Amino acid sequence: MFCCGVLGVVVRRNAIVIFMSIELMLNAVNLSLVAFSSFLGDSTGQMLVFFVMVVAAAEAAIGLAIIIALFRNKQTVYVDEINILKW
Amino acid sequence: MTFEQGVFYFLAIVTVVSAVMMLLQRNPVNSALYLILNFFCLGGLYLTLNAQFIAMVHIMVYAGAIMVLFLFVIMLLNLGDDKSLRQHLGLRMYLGIAFSVGLFLELLYILGFSSANNYTQQSPTAVEMGTVEYIGKILFTKFLFPFEITSFLLLAAIIGAVMLAKKKIIQ
Repeated sequence: MFCCGVLGVVVRRNAIVIFMSIELMLNAVNLSLVAFSSFLGDSTGQMLVFFVMVVAAAEAAIGLAIIIALFRNKQTVYVDEINILKW
Repeated sequence: MTFEQGVFYFLAIVTVVSAVMMLLQRNPVNSALYLILNFFCLGGLYLTLNAQFIAMVHIMVYAGAIMVLFLFVIMLLNLGDDKSLRQHLGLRMYLGIAFSVGLFLELLYILGFSSANNYTQQSPTAVEMGTVEYIGKILFTKFLFPFEITSFLLLAAIIGAVMLAKKKIIQ
């Protein structure tokens, strides 16, 4: 699943799908954390998952706001048409 | 195969298949719907791992909040299908596929030869560890400081999102 997320970030052109792939990667890591915390009997993993969720929510909100601002300026969400950082 | 194993394999297969389908969809709305399916299956997997609190929070935060946000933005931007995906990227697609397959093989190697194979039994304390009571207790004692930090992080995220997405004030 993590590899699916990586593949999505690298291959897709649509910025929103790239964001979904990032969520996928975060969830893959969360799943492994919960699994290890459950098998080792250590609750730190579950706490870490909790904080990862908070960060993911914040990141999604900020990222979508950036996408909206970008779309308003450039009328596109395809990342290879956005090249304003070039010089 | 016991009942629990059956549930686990079913959920795991649906999770992976929906993740792959999410990548293959052209329309972003379909991708988002497959991602929601993926999140629900992940919630089920957390339940099989005796993490009830994490499962419920996951369903609420991801399937409830984040996916609504995603769908809202997709509808707001009125995106069409992602056309000409295949003809646009030759080299980059092959590089990306090679990269992710390599990563997958690495992960398989690590998991195959590490000590993870020893953990075939869940810890006996795992059942009580996933409850709301235990998590709440530890969250407000041992992890109080990170908890407060996350509140600041969320505040910063709210302010940043509003600042970024608001229209410029016309003078």
